[in-house]
Amino acid sequence: MKKVISYSFRLSIPVLVSFMPLGIAYGILMQASGYGPVITGGTSFFVFAGSLQFLMISMYGGTVSYLTCAVMAALLNSRHLFYGIPFIEKWKDYGFWKYFLIFSLIDETFPLHLKNDFDDGSERHRMFSYVLTAAFVWSYWVGFSILGALIGTLISFEIKGIDFAMTALFLVILTEQIKTGKTAFPAAVAAASSLLCLYVLGPSNFMLPALLLTVIVLVPGLRKGGREDEK
Amino acid sequence: MKSFDVNMLIITVICTLITFLERALPFLVFGGKKVPETVRRLGKILPSAIIAALVVYCVKDAAYGFTGDLIPLLVASAVTVGLHLLKGNTFLSIAGGTAVCVLLMNLL
Repeated sequence: MKKVISYSFRLSIPVLVSFMPLGIAYGILMQASGYGPVITGGTSFFVFAGSLQFLMISMYGGTVSYLTCAVMAALLNSRHLFYGIPFIEKWKDYGFWKYFLIFSLIDETFPLHLKNDFDDGSERHRMFSYVLTAAFVWSYWVGFSILGALIGTLISFEIKGIDFAMTALFLVILTEQIKTGKTAFPAAVAAASSLLCLYVLGPSNFMLPALLLTVIVLVPGLRKGGREDEK
Repeated sequence: MKSFDVNMLIITVICTLITFLERALPFLVFGGKKVPETVRRLGKILPSAIIAALVVYCVKDAAYGFTGDLIPLLVASAVTVGLHLLKGNTFLSIAGGTAVCVLLMNLL
């Protein structure tokens, strides 16, 4: 079990680095909007969705209807609709922990779960390597947002560019995926449709259309692909 | 300092539920029965596609506005991928790329 803990912690380090500025920034913003560490920590604990939480600050202000809140929440994180698909079969016997893994399936845990190759022969340990990785990431988010709310506007220690750690993590995983899985084509299709949607629709609402376009382009090939490339 | 009220509670519950349901939907739709072949294959190719889209998502503002950050981001990306192809050490690739990004953004 010790091995599982240290494996999961090491896996989560890039997110530790990138959540430090992001979580603290969120906490500072909450503090500046008049919400203290308890509300900040509670929101991070239950909602656990970075960009939505930033948006919720304006919702707390109380100018939008609940229906609008629900629609905005659904649209903002709609890319999460796709994140479960690779894990449907892997996690199907995980019982209670499956729900925790689903709850914590965010932009940052999704790639870590893909990268996770822990295997010591025990399925239970394998399950906990997923669970602990997600738990570490969750605790960073909650911890740093509370820290941000505590220090408030006292300190400003923004290091420009440090949040590239997250991008770098994605690039590393993409490189590995392409090298080992022969999946350069889907990645290229996704990159092209993302750029297309970004320049046509602008930076705030391009991810869902981009992912839908990617799936629309790729699915016909999957149907025709037949059994031979099934490995 | 504002205190927690019913309005905020309702908003928090709505956002928590919607977010969870969205993440759970593939499991709810395909969880009980045998996963259709097309979805299984999609599950195999979707990871690299989503990660590629997330990379674009990370640089969206710089790429859309062609801001001064774009060149540091591109150089740091090349350094990250290059280091990873050469050495294959995750920590080195991330630390190296991030260091280059921080240096370029603050010195240029």
